[in-house]
Amino acid sequence: MNNLTLAKLSEELTKKTFSSVELTQHFLQRIKQYDKTLNSFITVTEQTALEQAKVADATRASGKAGRLTGIPIAQKDIFCTQDIKTTCGSKMLDNFIAPYTATVVDKMAKDGCVMLGKTNMDEFAMGSSNETSFYGPVRNPWNTDTVPGGSSGGSAAAVAARLAPGSTGTDTGGSIRQPAALCGISGLKPTYGRISRYGMIAFASSLDQAGPFAQTAEDLAILLNSMAGFDPRDSTSANIPVPDYTAKLNESLAGKTIGLPKEYFEQGLDKNVEARVQDAIKVYEKLGAKIVSVSLPTSPLAVAVYYVVASAECSSNLSRFDGVRYGYRCENPKDLEDLYKRSRSEGFGDEVKRRIMVGTYALSSGYYDAYYIKAQKMRKLISDDFKRAFEKVDFLLGPTAPTPAFKIGEKMSDPVSMYLSDIYTIATNLAGLPGLSIPCGFVNDLPVGIQLMGKQFDESTILNAAHLYQQETNWHQIAPKDFA
Amino acid sequence: MPLERHEVEKIAHLARLTLDEAQIPFYASNLSKILDLVAHISEAQTDNIVPMAHPLEELTQRMRKDEVTEIDERDRFLAIAPSTEAGLYLVPKVIDSE
Amino acid sequence: MQWEVVIGLEVHAQLKTKSKIFSGAATAYGAAPNTQACAIDLGMPGVLPVLNEEAVRMAVRFGLATSCQIAKRSVFARKNYFYPDLPKGYQISQYELPIVHQGHLDIEINGQTKRIGITRAHLEEDAGKSLHEEFHNLSGIDLNRAGTPLLEIVSEPDLRSAEEAVAYLKILHALVVQLDICDGNMQEGSFRCDANVSIRPKGQKEFGTRTETKNINSFRYVEQAINCEIERQIGVLEGGGSIRQTTLLFDPVKQKSRVMRDKEEANDYRYFPDPDLLPVQIDDQYIQAVKDDLPELPQEKRQRFIEEYKLSSYDASVLTADRDIAHYFESVVNSIGKKEPKLVANWVMGDLSASLNKADLTMSESPVSASDLGQLLMRILDNTISGKIAKTVFEAMWNKEGTADSIIEKKGLKQVTDLGAIEKIIDEVIANNAEQAEQYRQGNERVFGFFVGQVMKLSQGKANPAQVNELLKKKLS
Repeated sequence: MNNLTLAKLSEELTKKTFSSVELTQHFLQRIKQYDKTLNSFITVTEQTALEQAKVADATRASGKAGRLTGIPIAQKDIFCTQDIKTTCGSKMLDNFIAPYTATVVDKMAKDGCVMLGKTNMDEFAMGSSNETSFYGPVRNPWNTDTVPGGSSGGSAAAVAARLAPGSTGTDTGGSIRQPAALCGISGLKPTYGRISRYGMIAFASSLDQAGPFAQTAEDLAILLNSMAGFDPRDSTSANIPVPDYTAKLNESLAGKTIGLPKEYFEQGLDKNVEARVQDAIKVYEKLGAKIVSVSLPTSPLAVAVYYVVASAECSSNLSRFDGVRYGYRCENPKDLEDLYKRSRSEGFGDEVKRRIMVGTYALSSGYYDAYYIKAQKMRKLISDDFKRAFEKVDFLLGPTAPTPAFKIGEKMSDPVSMYLSDIYTIATNLAGLPGLSIPCGFVNDLPVGIQLMGKQFDESTILNAAHLYQQETNWHQIAPKDFA
Repeated sequence: MPLERHEVEKIAHLARLTLDEAQIPFYASNLSKILDLVAHISEAQTDNIVPMAHPLEELTQRMRKDEVTEIDERDRFLAIAPSTEAGLYLVPKVIDSE
Repeated sequence: MQWEVVIGLEVHAQLKTKSKIFSGAATAYGAAPNTQACAIDLGMPGVLPVLNEEAVRMAVRFGLATSCQIAKRSVFARKNYFYPDLPKGYQISQYELPIVHQGHLDIEINGQTKRIGITRAHLEEDAGKSLHEEFHNLSGIDLNRAGTPLLEIVSEPDLRSAEEAVAYLKILHALVVQLDICDGNMQEGSFRCDANVSIRPKGQKEFGTRTETKNINSFRYVEQAINCEIERQIGVLEGGGSIRQTTLLFDPVKQKSRVMRDKEEANDYRYFPDPDLLPVQIDDQYIQAVKDDLPELPQEKRQRFIEEYKLSSYDASVLTADRDIAHYFESVVNSIGKKEPKLVANWVMGDLSASLNKADLTMSESPVSASDLGQLLMRILDNTISGKIAKTVFEAMWNKEGTADSIIEKKGLKQVTDLGAIEKIIDEVIANNAEQAEQYRQGNERVFGFFVGQVMKLSQGKANPAQVNELLKKKLS
């Protein structure tokens, strides 16, 4: 059961091969069996899941089911879920029972999804390895000495180990795509504004986007259909209609042009990873697409720009965690200053504190123009680079991450080297464009992914291209044998 | 560009964070490395470029109708608070009243 | 040393929207603590702000009424600082691109009109409240007020005395009430003032260092606080010291200002555009629609009163300072067929205002309605009673003894205008006061008043004064 794609599970549920309750129990059992090793879940919502599964079965019986009715899903612990612990991977929210539910979770629940639990993540979504979580690191099911990637490491590992057929993540600088690549699964970050941010604990407001993880591009499309849509409670939510993202999956690529950003194939990219990406390019040629080289000259500065913008926004977004209305509070504060300083210093981990400090510095008097304003100007140039490229091509293709999964602890002492693992994903967040990662092979028995980047609100094109690739290859069907 | 200790302390204060003695050099060095990375942006030519605060450049702020849509949920919110009394959130005494 | 005072005022006016500026929680005053604070107002993780259209409309209304430039594109910015009544750790405000800027307000001071510049007015959210009394060593935070829309109105430093400052505030206060954007209730905190005060030697171009006295909520306290600060600053400078740029709180009981402890160092607010909100865009059509909807503005009304009713500038200013007074005045004028507006003005500014002040009532609480007063004034105009008798009738009307006509009838106060009757009385008075008559004829003009008095006495005050004067003059010459 666990190796079936979400699409297939949906079919089987319709055929009554098994019930949603049985399906849910199956995954809950696998979580019990394997998650001690992986640590991909912070909270398993067994009772809620079974209740929802029962309701889903009833809905199916009454003939009112949709494609997602009764499908078990894991939710990243960054989405508020009413009456259920929502920790954001942090000690600061270890005791936080959310008083309301995020729009995305609500939509998926209305479409019949069954929530298995809340997955582990880098603290406040800050990290690329899921090592900064208060709840301990998540392990990559392909090699448990390595990281799954981050910040959505738990959601990625869970799908890779087949503990859930689908899960949600968030992507601010690559936090869906990079873990998808390191875990050998498919992950999508849609266009900024495509999915509501209401109820998604904010890291960097102008960069954050929610997105799905699953085994295939088709599954991603099914999940995106449910997650996407205008939300009046989110002022940055785009009021444009949601197409059926599964409709164009099989369209031919003949006549389409794919751009390869030359800066993504320069130094820093592991030679073996590059070889896998080149293999993928050959597949696309076979599918009838034309391949051209393009240039995104601002690429070398994207990481720097990101760390100014994201840190600045997060330094402000995290000010609300002060021990007054919810969350962690230090013991016996002697005065107001003590309450703030100790609650925050004890509640936040090192990476979060580092980023808050960088952000505070970038916004402070005397530095605002040199850092923040300068970064926002750079952002415009980065966005323009993509616009220019898209005048010539339909979508872009490149590696998702420069290396396969690295060892746990390997990069923790050098934050900058950790930041550079997002080098290929970061620019799409700055430009607000959609990007996805799909598996394209292995290096040293560890998965490698290719990234497809599309025009604004053109998720259909990259999902189509990803789907066709997955008809020609079977990388996405290979699961880690230790969790079979 | 290495950060001085007093700068680190000033930033920490603005962000209401305390760093203990042992941590300060570590933070200073880490921050300096990050700021070095970030300082590269000064190399780029950006005269006459308008800063881009948002990827959705054509969109403007939606406005909602002036109507009361929220009900009193005080009990639910207070239930998750660390310290409350008589419907109020409690904090160590605030010296200056506004 | 001759000192010149420079004052700039920042007023925070609470806009009277039904719901908050960024959430749908209610804004009504006086609710039990934290019963009007929703997840957004509490700064819960993951919540997002959505802008209230009425707050924008009200801000534009204000801008148009003060001849401001209206920004077609304005941006919300975060002002970052930590305080328990500020749940998100930042206030959503406007910084570089406020909704309106560069306008003015005219005030009357010492009979002259002075134009006070308005640098800008911007939208922002209010903070909650801290309560200190009941909790031992702890403060209780009520976030009902958090998120209420404020319009922060900043004046140019054009004011030169506490008197001017109060005049400006009163006009501004009347304006926001008249525009129906603020209820102006200063006790409830709907209209709060911060005063920036500095002094410089007369003739010097550069401004001195200024101090800011915050959150003053009455006109009287503003005057006291400013004068207190001027005196203090002069004392410091004349003593050889220098002024530190501090933030102060005025204590009206002690009549002294004290430094606010936690704002001694200039706070670095790290303003940046709020990434959860998009730029506010309004077009010419929108602005025109707001313009079309504006009520007659105080300065327009004042001008109209001068032209239409031929009133003096002073009278027009007094009558248009308050919406209710202006309305009352015009109702009376209309009820007497638009005759004699000057007479109406005198009565409204005179007897009526005096009575209202004495009884501590507002115009809307007046026991004498506009039509009642109108009737009384008609009786003066048609010579039924004299102006002097009218005052007696007014007093009776004030005490709810009835309408003008019924009182005149009951008390038999009708003026005597029958020339024959008056002549008879005059003849009698002259006859009985031959000595004084002789004095008058000898050139002692002051005796005339004595005769008038005697005639009025004999006629029980009912003789028509104008006729008495005319006839007396004839008879005594």
